[in-house]
Amino acid sequence: MDDGSLSVASPEPGGHVARPVRTTCPYCGVGCGVLATPDSSGGATIKGDPAHPANAGRLCSKGSALGDTLALDTRLLEPVVDGARTTWNTALDHVAQRLEAIRAAHGPGSIAFYLSGQLLTEDYYVANKLAKGFLGTPHVDTNSRLCMASSVAGHKRAFGADAVPQCYDDLELADLVVLVGSNAAWCHPILYQRIQVARGERGMRVVNIDPRQTATSEGCDLNLAIRPGTDQVLYNGLLVWLADRGHLDHEFVSRHTSGFDAVLASAREAAPSVRQVAAATGLDVSDVELFFSWFGSTRRVVSCYSQGVNQSAQGTDKVNAIINCHLATGMIGKPGSGPLSFTGQPNAMGGREVGGLANMLAAHMGFSDSERDRVRRFWNAPALVASEGLKAVDMFEAIQRGEIKALWVMGTNPAVSLPRADRVRDALRKLDLLVVSENVMATDTLDLAHVRLPAHAWGEKDGTVTNSERRISRQRPFLEAAGSARADWWIMGEVARRLGFGTAFSFTSPAEIFDEHARLSGFENTAASPADRRAFDISGLTGIGGGGYDALEPVQWPVRTGSAPAERLFADGGFFTPDTRARFIATSPARLASPVSEQWPFVLNTGRIRDQWHTMTRTGLSPRLSTHIQEPFVEIHPEDASRLGLEQGTLARIETAHGAATVRVLLSRGQKPGNIFAPFHWSAQNSSSGRVSSLVHGAIDPVSGQPEAKATPARLAPVAVTHYGFLLSRTPLRPEGMAYWAECRALFGATPGFTLHLALDTDAARMSDWQRATLPDGDWITLEDAGAGTFRTAVFRDSQLEAVLFLSASPKLPATDWLRTQFDSPCDLAGRRTILAGKPVTGGADEGPIVCVCYQVGSRRIEAATLGGCATTKEIGTKLGAGTNCGSCLPEIKRLIASTMAASRAAAE
Amino acid sequence: MPYRSRSRLVVVGNGMASLKLLEEVEAGCFDITVIGAEPEPAYNRVLLSSVLAGDTSLDDIRFRDRAWYAGRCMTLLTGDPVTALRPARNEVVLKSGQRLGYDRLVLATGSEAIRLPVPGANLAGVLTFRDLGDVSALQAIPAGTAAVVIGGGLLGIEAAYGLARRGLDVTLIHLMPHLMERQLDPVASGMLKDALVAKGIRVLTEASTECIEARDGHAEAIVLKDGRRLPASLVVMAVGVRPAQSLAATSGIDTGRGIKVDDKLETNWPGVYALGECAEHRGQWYGLVEPAYDQARVLARYLSGLPARYEGTLIATSLKVSGVPVYSIGDFDGRDAEVIALHDRAAGTYRKLVVRDGRMVGAVLFGDTADALWYRDLVTRRTPVESLRAALPFGRAYAEAA
Repeated sequence: MDDGSLSVASPEPGGHVARPVRTTCPYCGVGCGVLATPDSSGGATIKGDPAHPANAGRLCSKGSALGDTLALDTRLLEPVVDGARTTWNTALDHVAQRLEAIRAAHGPGSIAFYLSGQLLTEDYYVANKLAKGFLGTPHVDTNSRLCMASSVAGHKRAFGADAVPQCYDDLELADLVVLVGSNAAWCHPILYQRIQVARGERGMRVVNIDPRQTATSEGCDLNLAIRPGTDQVLYNGLLVWLADRGHLDHEFVSRHTSGFDAVLASAREAAPSVRQVAAATGLDVSDVELFFSWFGSTRRVVSCYSQGVNQSAQGTDKVNAIINCHLATGMIGKPGSGPLSFTGQPNAMGGREVGGLANMLAAHMGFSDSERDRVRRFWNAPALVASEGLKAVDMFEAIQRGEIKALWVMGTNPAVSLPRADRVRDALRKLDLLVVSENVMATDTLDLAHVRLPAHAWGEKDGTVTNSERRISRQRPFLEAAGSARADWWIMGEVARRLGFGTAFSFTSPAEIFDEHARLSGFENTAASPADRRAFDISGLTGIGGGGYDALEPVQWPVRTGSAPAERLFADGGFFTPDTRARFIATSPARLASPVSEQWPFVLNTGRIRDQWHTMTRTGLSPRLSTHIQEPFVEIHPEDASRLGLEQGTLARIETAHGAATVRVLLSRGQKPGNIFAPFHWSAQNSSSGRVSSLVHGAIDPVSGQPEAKATPARLAPVAVTHYGFLLSRTPLRPEGMAYWAECRALFGATPGFTLHLALDTDAARMSDWQRATLPDGDWITLEDAGAGTFRTAVFRDSQLEAVLFLSASPKLPATDWLRTQFDSPCDLAGRRTILAGKPVTGGADEGPIVCVCYQVGSRRIEAATLGGCATTKEIGTKLGAGTNCGSCLPEIKRLIASTMAASRAAAE
Repeated sequence: MPYRSRSRLVVVGNGMASLKLLEEVEAGCFDITVIGAEPEPAYNRVLLSSVLAGDTSLDDIRFRDRAWYAGRCMTLLTGDPVTALRPARNEVVLKSGQRLGYDRLVLATGSEAIRLPVPGANLAGVLTFRDLGDVSALQAIPAGTAAVVIGGGLLGIEAAYGLARRGLDVTLIHLMPHLMERQLDPVASGMLKDALVAKGIRVLTEASTECIEARDGHAEAIVLKDGRRLPASLVVMAVGVRPAQSLAATSGIDTGRGIKVDDKLETNWPGVYALGECAEHRGQWYGLVEPAYDQARVLARYLSGLPARYEGTLIATSLKVSGVPVYSIGDFDGRDAEVIALHDRAAGTYRKLVVRDGRMVGAVLFGDTADALWYRDLVTRRTPVESLRAALPFGRAYAEAA
C-alpha cells in the first residue's frame, strides 16, 4: 500500500472518486486502524487498515459498522442556549460570561470539567490547560476514571509511572495468556482474535479468570470462575507458589525491585496454601494448582486485565497483586512476557498523557512544587492550580452538595454511566451552569444542559489518540463537519479568548496543539535525577509541522529526541521511581465494598455487550449492531431464577440501595448462583427503566478513585405484566402507558426502522383503545385471541407495511427477523393478513437470533449447517460466511456447534 | 295401472331436496311420481340472484331435463300442484282433480316467501324473490327504477345485488342492526354492508317498514316507522320464508315450525316422510341446501331398505353474497367461549374462530373461505386445537408447517 496516497485526503463533497483516509476506530482501547472511503452522500465505506499494527486490517462488529453511524439525523447541529438555537458567537459569549460570573462569585473551585476517553489528545490538552492553568480549577476529571484508573494507580505504585510495559505483539509471542476480569471476546475483540489465532497456530494456553462464563471462556484452556472480589487471594497464592516452587527470578528481584520479602510475607498470610486459596476463591484445588503450575513453568506469560480488575474498590491492589507475580518472575517488558492492561476507551491513555485527570497536573507530572513550577513556566500560567482536584465520583458529590456550580461535560454521558446515576442526574439539576459539548442531540445528560455545543464527531475529528500499547495514532477527518459543529479545542479556545486568555490559546490547528504537548512532554525531562524523569516523552515528535502531523504513522511512546520509539519497557529495570526499582505492593485483605445481605442477596455485576458501546449514542444508530442484543437484560443462574419465579424472557426489577431497573430475564448457567449481570448501555433515551448504572454503588478504590461497578448488593423480583410484545415501525413510536419498553434501530429489508420491545399491564378490554392511540393511520389488519393474550396488528399504507404490533401473554414471541423483511416488499391485498403469522408459511427463511452481525447469519442457519456436517468455525465460515469478517461471533458459533452436536448425539442415543 | 310389481313412491315438490332424493334413491325399487308446483323441473334456486344479476343464464341453473326423469321411469308432473293429502287413504289430490295413490309419500314442498303484513303489501310493484317467476318479473323492471328491498337476510341481499347489477337504484332496508345476523357475526356483517355500499347499494339497518304508499294502485314509496320516506316504484319483500306445510297441517300430519319428522324423516303418519325446508327435525328447521341434501341422502337409503338415520346437520353457511365468499359454521357467536379473530377490513377478509374447552366449535369466514373445509373438519371432528392455536387463524398450511 502506498502510504503517500493514504495521507490526509480532504473531504470531497463534489463526489469525486475518493481515496481511503487512514484513521483510527473511536471505540475501545485497542485502537484499530480504519480505512474510511467517503462516498458522495455524506457516508463512507469502512474497512480495517491492513497497515495498522493494532489490527492488521481486521475490525470487530462495532468497527465494521462505523459507516452506519455517520448519518445526521441524531446530530446536534447548532449551539443551543437555554433551549433556543443560537449562533456560536452568542453561545460562546454566554459560556464565557457565565463561567466568569460563577468564578467571581464562588471562586475557581466552583467550576469543573468532566471529560471523556473519546476526546482527542489535543482536545484534552486544551481542556486541561484551560482549567488547571488559566481558570484555576483543579477539578478536571474524566470517564477514564470509571475505566482505567486502578490500572494507572497500580502501574504508578509499581513502576513509578503510568506506563504499560508491553505491546500487542506479546499476545502472539506468549506461551500463556491469562485474562483477568476481561471479556475480551466482546470488549476487545481484535486482541482476543489475535490471541485465538496464535493459540490455534502455536498451541499457546489461555486462562480466563472471571466469575462469569462469557464468550471469552469459549477460547480458553482453563476457566477459573472465582468468587467476586477474590483476585488478590489468587494472585497472592500464586506469589507464594512461585516462591515456594523455585520459580522466582532472584536476579531481577534483587537488581530491579524493592519490597519483595515484606510482600511475600503478607501474601503468605493472606493465602498460605493452595487449599486456602481454593476455599477463598471458590475454585477447585486442582484448577488452582493447574493455573499456578502453568504460570510457574512458563517463561512467556502475558497477563491481560480489564474492567473486572479495575472496576473494584480494591482495583489498585488487584493490579499490583498481578504485577507482583510478573516482577517476582522477571516476566516484564520482555517479548511475550509481562502485564498488559486492556484499556476500555480509545483515548484513555492520551487523556492521561496530557494530565486530564484530577490527580495529575500535566504530561505525567503531579503537584510537587518543582513540577508545578515547571508547568507554570511552560504555560506562562500564573493561576496554576495548587493541588489535586476531585475525582469523578467525588466531583459529582461536590455538585450534589452545591460546592461546584458550573460543569462542562465533553463527549460523555455521566447521567447514564456514573455509579448512582440517578443521584448524578439529580446533582446535574442543581448546577447553575451545565455546558455539554456533544455531537448528538439527545442524551440523559444533554436533557439537563443549559448550553449544548455541537462538537465534531468521528469522521470530522482531527487529532491523535493513544491505545493500550502506548501507540499514538491519528484520527483523520474524512467528512465535512455537520452543521455548525466545531472541534472541541476550537470551542474551548474561543471561550478562553473571551475570558482574556487568548495568547495561551491561539492555536489554529491540532498540529500546533500536538506540538506544544510534545514539547511539554520533553520539557526539562532530561534531568540527571531519575526522580524527575518522566516516562511520557514524545519530544521526538516536536517540530514535525502540519505536514508531518498529517502524515504521522502510528507510533509507540516514548519517542525521545534522538532515540527510537520503545516497543516494551522495563525489561532491564529502569523504572520511574526515585531509585529506578519497581515496587512490590502488599494488598489489603480481599473483600467487597458492600457484602451481600439478607435484604440484598445478589452480587450485581455490570458491563458491556458485544455490539454496543457505552451509552449507545453511536452504536445505537446501527441497525446491524442491534441485531445481536436488543434490550437491557439481567443474566441469572436458572436455579436462582426459578426460586424467584423468574422465567426466561420475563421481566425483572433489579433493586439496590441506590436505584432500580426493569430489564429482561436471561437465564444463564454461565452466571454463578448468587451473582447477576446486567449491561450498562441503556439510558432513558432508549429504555423505560434500563439505566443500570443507577443501581451501582458509589464505593471507590481509595487509591485510584475508581468505583466498584462489578459488585453491588442487589435483589430482584418478577415484574407482573399482562402482555409482552414488540412494535416494529418505520418511524419511532413511543406509546403511552407501557410497563416496560426498549427501543432500537432495525433494518426493514434495506430501509431503516425501529423496534420497540414492550410490555403492558392492562386490561384486555382496553387493548383496542391503546392500539388506536398507539398505531399510525392506515389499513389495519388485526389478530385477536384474547384467551391466549394474543393481539397482533399490522398497519399498511399504500400496500406498504408501516407498523407491526405483536402482543402476547407469554414472553415467547416470534422472532422479528422475517417480519422486518416484509417492510421492504409490497404485499398483495389478499395475502397480507398472513403477515400476522410472524413467519413465512414454509420454514427455512427463519434465521433465528442473529449471531454473525456482519453477514447476518442466524443461529438456526448455523445449527442447520452443523447438522449438515460443518464441525468447525472454519467450515461454518466457508459455508455461510459467518465469522469470517470481524470474528466477534466466533465464540458464539463455536458454542452453537458444540451444543448442536451434543443435542444431535443425545438424540441419536 | 292394472298391474303393479313395485311399490309407489310419490314425491310432492320438485325443488333441490326433491331432486337430490330422486338422484340418490334406488330407482328400480319404486314407481316414482314427482309433482312440482312450478312449471319448470327442479333448478338451482341458490343461483336465482345470479340469474337476476345477469351473471348466470337460465340454462345454467337447470339440473336435469325431463328426459332424465323419463329415462329413470319417473313420472314428472309440473304445473299441477297438489291441493290435498289424504294419508288415511294413501292418496294425494292434484289441482286438476287427479288423484294419485302411493305406498310411500315424501313431502318436499319447500318454503314460501313471507309477505310483510303492512298496508300496501299487495300493491302492484310489490314483489317477492323466491322463484323463477319472481326473477322474470324483476327482470322486466327497467334500469334506473327506484327500488327498495326489504330484508337484509341472504335473499334480500342477493335481490338487492342483482337489481343493482341491472342498473336499478337500490336501497336495502333491514329490521335488525346487522345484515344476515343469523349467519354472520356483527363484524362480518359490517364488512358485508361495506361491500354492498361499495357496489352502490344504500343500506339502512334498524329500519322498520310502516307502510307502502301507492299512486294509482302502484307502489310509490316506503314509509319507515321513524318517518323516513323512501321513493320506490319497486318493492321487493325478502323478509324470510316459512315452511310450506299447510297441506300437511290440514291432513292430520303433525306440524310445528315445519312438518315434524323423526330420525328416519318420517312424519307421525307411517309411510309419509318430509325433508328439506318444509321439515322440522328435532325442533330444528333448516333454511339451507346442505341439510336438505343430507336429509335426501338419508331418506334415499332408508327408502332403499338400507340402514340410515338423520341426526341433524351442523349448520354451515357457505355462500357467495354479492360475489363475496362467506362461510359460517357451528357456534360462531362466541358467547362464553374464546374468540380468535383475524381481520383485514380494507382487504375485506375476516376470520373468526370460536374455541371452547380447547376445541373449535364455530367459525365465520368472510372474503376468503379457502380454509373453510379444514375448519369444518376441526369443528365436526372435535379436534383439540390448543397445540395449533397460534397457527389456527392462518389456515391449514401454517398449521401443518408449524
